[in-house]
Amino acid sequence: MRAPKIGLFIPCFVNELYPQVAFATLRLLENLHFEVIYPMAQTCCGQPMANSGCSSDVEMLAYRFVENFKPFDYIVAPTASCVTMVKEQYETFFATDDADFQKVKSSIYEVCEFLHDVVRIERLDVSFPYRVGVHNSCHGHRILGLGSPSEEHMPHYSKLENLLRLIPDIALVTLERYDECCGFGGTFCVTEPDISVAMGQDRIADHLRSGAEVMTGADMSCLMHMEGIIRREGKPLRVMHIVEILAESLEKSEG
Amino acid sequence: MSDRENILSAIRANRPQEEIPLPDLSGLGRALGDRTETFIRMLESVGGEAVWLDGRGIDSVIRTCYPEAEVICSAVPDAPLGIAAPDDAHMLTDLDLAILPGAFAVAENGAVWVENRSGGDRTLPFIAENLLLVVLQEEIVDTMHEAYARIDFAEAGFGVFISGPSKTADIEQALVIGAHGAKHLTVLLV
Amino acid sequence: MNHSEAAARFVADDARMHWHDKALWFVRQKRDSASKSIPEWEQLREAAEGIKAHTLSRLDHYLEQFEREATAKGIHIHWAADAQRHNEIVHTILLEHGARKVVKSKSMLTEECHLNPYLEARGIEVTDTDLGERIIQLRQEPPSHIVLPAIHLTKEQVSDTFYTHLHTEQGNSDPTYLTAAARAHLREKFLEADAGITGVNFAIAETGGIVVCTNEGNADMGTALPKLHIACMGIEKLIPSLEHLGVFTRLLARSATGQPITTYTSHFHAPVEGGALHIVIVDNGRSHFLRSEKYHKSLQCIRCGACMNTCPVYRRSGGHSYGYVIPGPIGSTLGAFRDRAAFGSLPFACTLCASCTAVCPVGVDLHTQLYHHRQDVVHAGLIEKKKRFMLKAAAWLMAHPSLMDTAGKVARKLLQLLPRKLLYGKANVWGRGRELPSVPKQSFREQYRKSRAASSHSDKKHPAGGEQHE
Repeated sequence: MRAPKIGLFIPCFVNELYPQVAFATLRLLENLHFEVIYPMAQTCCGQPMANSGCSSDVEMLAYRFVENFKPFDYIVAPTASCVTMVKEQYETFFATDDADFQKVKSSIYEVCEFLHDVVRIERLDVSFPYRVGVHNSCHGHRILGLGSPSEEHMPHYSKLENLLRLIPDIALVTLERYDECCGFGGTFCVTEPDISVAMGQDRIADHLRSGAEVMTGADMSCLMHMEGIIRREGKPLRVMHIVEILAESLEKSEG
Repeated sequence: MSDRENILSAIRANRPQEEIPLPDLSGLGRALGDRTETFIRMLESVGGEAVWLDGRGIDSVIRTCYPEAEVICSAVPDAPLGIAAPDDAHMLTDLDLAILPGAFAVAENGAVWVENRSGGDRTLPFIAENLLLVVLQEEIVDTMHEAYARIDFAEAGFGVFISGPSKTADIEQALVIGAHGAKHLTVLLV
Repeated sequence: MNHSEAAARFVADDARMHWHDKALWFVRQKRDSASKSIPEWEQLREAAEGIKAHTLSRLDHYLEQFEREATAKGIHIHWAADAQRHNEIVHTILLEHGARKVVKSKSMLTEECHLNPYLEARGIEVTDTDLGERIIQLRQEPPSHIVLPAIHLTKEQVSDTFYTHLHTEQGNSDPTYLTAAARAHLREKFLEADAGITGVNFAIAETGGIVVCTNEGNADMGTALPKLHIACMGIEKLIPSLEHLGVFTRLLARSATGQPITTYTSHFHAPVEGGALHIVIVDNGRSHFLRSEKYHKSLQCIRCGACMNTCPVYRRSGGHSYGYVIPGPIGSTLGAFRDRAAFGSLPFACTLCASCTAVCPVGVDLHTQLYHHRQDVVHAGLIEKKKRFMLKAAAWLMAHPSLMDTAGKVARKLLQLLPRKLLYGKANVWGRGRELPSVPKQSFREQYRKSRAASSHSDKKHPAGGEQHE
């Protein structure tokens, strides 16, 4: 039986600005003996347009997405918001019996979801002796169910924390408001910049007060926004995408 | 077309054509613990106080709880005390203590159901500085679901759930007891 | 001033913004404690949504039943198609009774209809008796929250207002002292009043009665002393029968403030002896919502305010920044539906974090509605042409990966070359509080392509690596 084929979906801005996150995802998956292909023809998922009210312009992007990714058994991406886009907002563009879209919709995973629920990873040979705060990005948390929303009456759980706890020397800090929005919100970050920055500052302050040395999460957009504030204000907090931590020990070599 | 016809026909035209069925409520109403204990705890959490009759007379209770009350009015059938409720509620403005019967009480929120079937004065539960509600212990129910099963409005013109003394937090979220209604509430459990 | 500008001002006073945010977050936390103390909480929410959805699907039937039952109990029912009719009807009833002084308990509907100025222009004195409402009435401001109308004010500001209007001690800002002063002042108003106007939290079709919930007892004082009671309600306040109140009375106060129930939950089923009870049923655009697939659920709202308390944007911008009678998530969707031109920007004052939807006790899909409004606003041509063109161009570019590659290369090069002053000039809105991300030499795609090309030239499988940033 051949190994399942994974189509690697990398958000456009991660491709341009955070290639190390894409490579960490690739390494993690290859290390688990998956065959991983990055379809070169992939495009933006269209979320910035959709959230700005131009979802009708996303139609061609949606078709291309399904074309590019339909050959794969799984589609895995280091992003919860783009995965949510495909799973929740693409429906309007396809007929309900469109087999290709249904296949893509049911086989696309955010990487932590994939590692936690599909692979059910049980050990990580990683050393990361730092105090880490987990930023729960809204899409991943409330829509993909990566963790229990603080608003709801349910037992506490967190897939991100479960994965990080596989690292023996990691210390996870407890935040005061563990799932408050960071204020990125797509175009919101530039249409309401003052509130956007204020919200990001408050998240950062929470992490620092809780003793975090590293802030991590599953969405690079949130992290990019907060890292921008951290660097502007010179705060002592390192920002890493969770796959960078999980792939910490995996062999790196120059491309 | 009258406003009434306009509104009703707009609703008929716009609402879903198929009725959405009512949900089943039969599973709701789980008790939160021992009824009496929960009632007292919740009453105290909303700023009220519970006392037991313990074989005393009501006037003895009043002397203990509200020793300074001078003007008193009671609507408890077995314990007519103080002044009779006047015809004009505006005369009740100096009332120190009102004593009223509670038909039953609700454990989950410390509330007491007070009814007015007569159509007469309704100010008594609200106008007095202090309020004493008399409730039989066996008439404590667990939740609001049970409470509403005991209420009907075939006759009564007015009924109110009262949970603790009146309060407000409208000034900087600082809780202040005693807004327009009673500043202090005691539930006398019999 | 639009939300963005008003919000910028609010945020600029950093201490006050954080104070406001903390105050509302505290209310959210109290709501959480209350909801988590009820094991059946999520089932209650589902039941509430189901009851409201059912009722709205048979709303005409329930309204007619309500009218029949109420009339049989000696209650007068009036129908008002819009705000103007509502105001006229209320005024007429007051005139017929020779009422000149009115006390009013909290009613967002009467705010929506601008009842107070209408009556005042016709020589009727209206005193809002909810403490928060009275404070803002004296200050001539609108409420900034539907449950906590004066949440934006400090106790010092309240003290100043009371000093001016109620002659309290100057500089005494103790909330207990101020509340006692308000109690005395408003008690006079209750005693002098000719009529009491209230809102309606729930109207019960089966019994023809209405329910009004307060913590202060002002609705009761205002309707038991004067003999004339006028209750104003939107058509969506109907619920079928008493048993359904069991669900709503368990959810309302816990969602609003974390209390297990409001201090007073009053059920009016007949006028006081020698008095009269009039109920004004108002449409004012609500029936339009019923037809809307996307937005009809907003009619299920029970006005608890939980969505405002949890909204991270509302907490940091304040209710006044929305410019609509109801602020926050529910206000944004209601306003945008009612008047897209005036309020179509409100759904953009949101990060789509979905916290509002998660706290709503009646299952209003708030964040989904706000997302849909954005599409509708653009569709209606209400978004800036320039912005629309740029987004279209961006979408086109993103659909062409090789062009994106080139654009990315250029952008990355530019970011490296431009001097800081230019890069962080006024036009760079991102740069107002943040550094731009640092720029790698090559994109992932470029490195990946190289490494795959390299490995295809050799037999050995070459795991791809990551390049360092500068």
